[in-house]
Amino acid sequence: MFEIGLSHYLVVAAMLLTLGIFGIFLNRKNVIIILMSIELMLLAVNINLVAFSTHMGNLVGQVFALFVLTVAAAEAAIGLAILVVYFRNRGTIAVEDINLMKG
Amino acid sequence: MDAAAIFLPLIGFLIAGLFGRWIGDRGAMGVTVTAVCTAAIISIWLFFDVALSGNERTVTLSNWIHSGEFKVDWALKFDTLTAVMLLVVNGVSALVHIYSIGYMAHDPHRARFFAYLSLFTFMMLMLVSADNLVQMYFGWEGVGLASYLLIGFWYLKPTANAAAIKAFLVNRVGDFGFALGIFTVFVLFDTVRFDAVFEQAPAIAGTSFTFLSWQVDGLTLACILLFIGAMGKSAQLGLHTWLPDAMEGPTPVSALIHAATMVTAGVFMVARLSPIFEYAPVALMVVTVVGAATCFVAATIGMTQFDIKRVIAYSTMSQLGYMFFALGVSAYSAAIFHLMTHAFFKALLFLGAGSVIHAMSNEQDMRRMGGIWRKIPWTYGLMWIGSLALAGIPLFAGYYSKDLILESAFADHSWFGDLAFWLGIAAALMTAFYSWRLIFMTFHGQPRASDEVMAHVHESPWVMLGPLVVLAIGAVAAGFVGHEVFGGAVESREAFWRDALLTLPGNDTIDAAHHVPFWVKVLPIGVGLGGILLAYLAYMVVPGLPAAVSAALRPIHALLFHKWYFDELYDAVVVRPSLWFGRRLWKSGDGAVIDGFGPDGIAQTTLNIARQAGRLQSGYVYHYAFVMLIGVAALVTWYLITLAL
Repeated sequence: MFEIGLSHYLVVAAMLLTLGIFGIFLNRKNVIIILMSIELMLLAVNINLVAFSTHMGNLVGQVFALFVLTVAAAEAAIGLAILVVYFRNRGTIAVEDINLMKG
Repeated sequence: MDAAAIFLPLIGFLIAGLFGRWIGDRGAMGVTVTAVCTAAIISIWLFFDVALSGNERTVTLSNWIHSGEFKVDWALKFDTLTAVMLLVVNGVSALVHIYSIGYMAHDPHRARFFAYLSLFTFMMLMLVSADNLVQMYFGWEGVGLASYLLIGFWYLKPTANAAAIKAFLVNRVGDFGFALGIFTVFVLFDTVRFDAVFEQAPAIAGTSFTFLSWQVDGLTLACILLFIGAMGKSAQLGLHTWLPDAMEGPTPVSALIHAATMVTAGVFMVARLSPIFEYAPVALMVVTVVGAATCFVAATIGMTQFDIKRVIAYSTMSQLGYMFFALGVSAYSAAIFHLMTHAFFKALLFLGAGSVIHAMSNEQDMRRMGGIWRKIPWTYGLMWIGSLALAGIPLFAGYYSKDLILESAFADHSWFGDLAFWLGIAAALMTAFYSWRLIFMTFHGQPRASDEVMAHVHESPWVMLGPLVVLAIGAVAAGFVGHEVFGGAVESREAFWRDALLTLPGNDTIDAAHHVPFWVKVLPIGVGLGGILLAYLAYMVVPGLPAAVSAALRPIHALLFHKWYFDELYDAVVVRPSLWFGRRLWKSGDGAVIDGFGPDGIAQTTLNIARQAGRLQSGYVYHYAFVMLIGVAALVTWYLITLAL
């Protein structure tokens, strides 16, 4: 029976992060998916923090992870609020239509 | 008080020009007319004080240019010559201002018009009261500017704009000569102040300098260059083409340009510089020949024109020719005398013509006039007085001055004097002929205007006739009043002019003019009456005659009718090549090279770069995220590589 070590956690975190990144720039449909992808990337970071915390026997990383979760919740709330307002103004939240910053 | 005569019109101009919008048309007219009339009254006082009482003075206002040897002051020189000119300029200008109140009554831009009129007057006053050549040049250019503004006053009329530009450009040629003349004077005399120049003139006479290995007499060169300037302003043959076209401006402007200001500037300038022209006999000869040729050519053209104002314009040019050959034979006083009498009767004729045009609903072509003398008797009578004075019929003003000029030319006993005399006699015949041709075509015979126009024919209001009456009194009396001081015995002339004019001993042709044979004295009167008779025969008794004569002499008539083809010649030789050259410079030099590489090129390059850079900004979040990711990857790679090395 093999031991689940630090490297396994790190690999999972890396996979989650990559998923998040690709979720952002391969997604052509929905802004909410982008938000979710960002959450995914934050979770990957959290896994990293917790994994290193356990590995090094230091609680600071887990405390930090808790804070990140709180911030992520707040961020998701703000992001969704922005989306609602954006939908009211423009009538769409399709990714193709959100290019007001086009030069 | 002295300066007020010069600067009141300027104040009028500034108030009417800058604040015309607030004080309204009536306010602007009130201000300018009051200012110029006050200046005219002061001029009368100045005339008595300076010319008759002999209180000559120079009023220095301030320094202008002090640069090493070169010193120029703003100074007003009041001597007899200036006093006479002030009287003429301010007097005629005041009358023209008053007349314009009536003539321009329906114009929407009266404030601007009166402002320009006052500016014109001020610049001319600056010119005649100048104490040095540079200040004179200031007035000279100012007059050119104001004439441009006034000729082009009706700026919506393309012909008026073209005429204004033409007047400005032709004058520029003359002004260039004048400027070179001033430079030459400064080189010779080391000063441009009149008094200092005149003092040194006898000593400088005869010095010559080398120009391109060509020995030139200094004074002759300076005088001829200055005379070229005079030719431009005074419309002498060669630089005269602007003058008839200047008729595009409003009629009061024509009167002001042709009677008191602008065209007399050249005559005044040569008279003012008589102390140096006297020492340059070759230059005087040139002046005489050009003057005589102008006098003759202009008169021949005047006989064939149909535009009432153009006929008078060519008559002005012809009379200026008389003035110049008078200057050329050293009869300066006679030239100024004719300038003064001419100012009266020519202003009268122009304003009278304006009154006719006003009555005929803005018709200027004499072929569409006729038979209106009963309807506008005042204008008719005043035009008769003006024409009698112009033709030199005894007792009218023109008789005294014109006879004096012709006799002086004869008394010069030189080949150019004789040439001027005979050309002048021929021109006198033609002058009388075209003056009465104008009167008969305009006022007599069958009406040739439409019934509608004829029904509207009306006498002008008194605000227009009043100035005409004043001018008519001048046209009748000026000659008789002035002939003693302007053309009398040596003593009375010297008592009047003192140092203002200089005639070298032996050159005094006016004195000699009193001793010419009897036939020389009566010949001008004879040809004047003959011209009137001829016009009467041709236009009243045998109405078919003019057409028959012009058909019989077709080439000559064509030559005269097309003004000796001067305009066509200049068009082919100067205007077209310059336009072509300018177009080439514009298209290839300016457009292709400077704009192409300069502003337009840089702007285009910037645009291109910006467009390329702009394409990076797609506006899609995932593009930016992708770029960030690539950036992070590149940074990490770089970091790892450097770490590994």
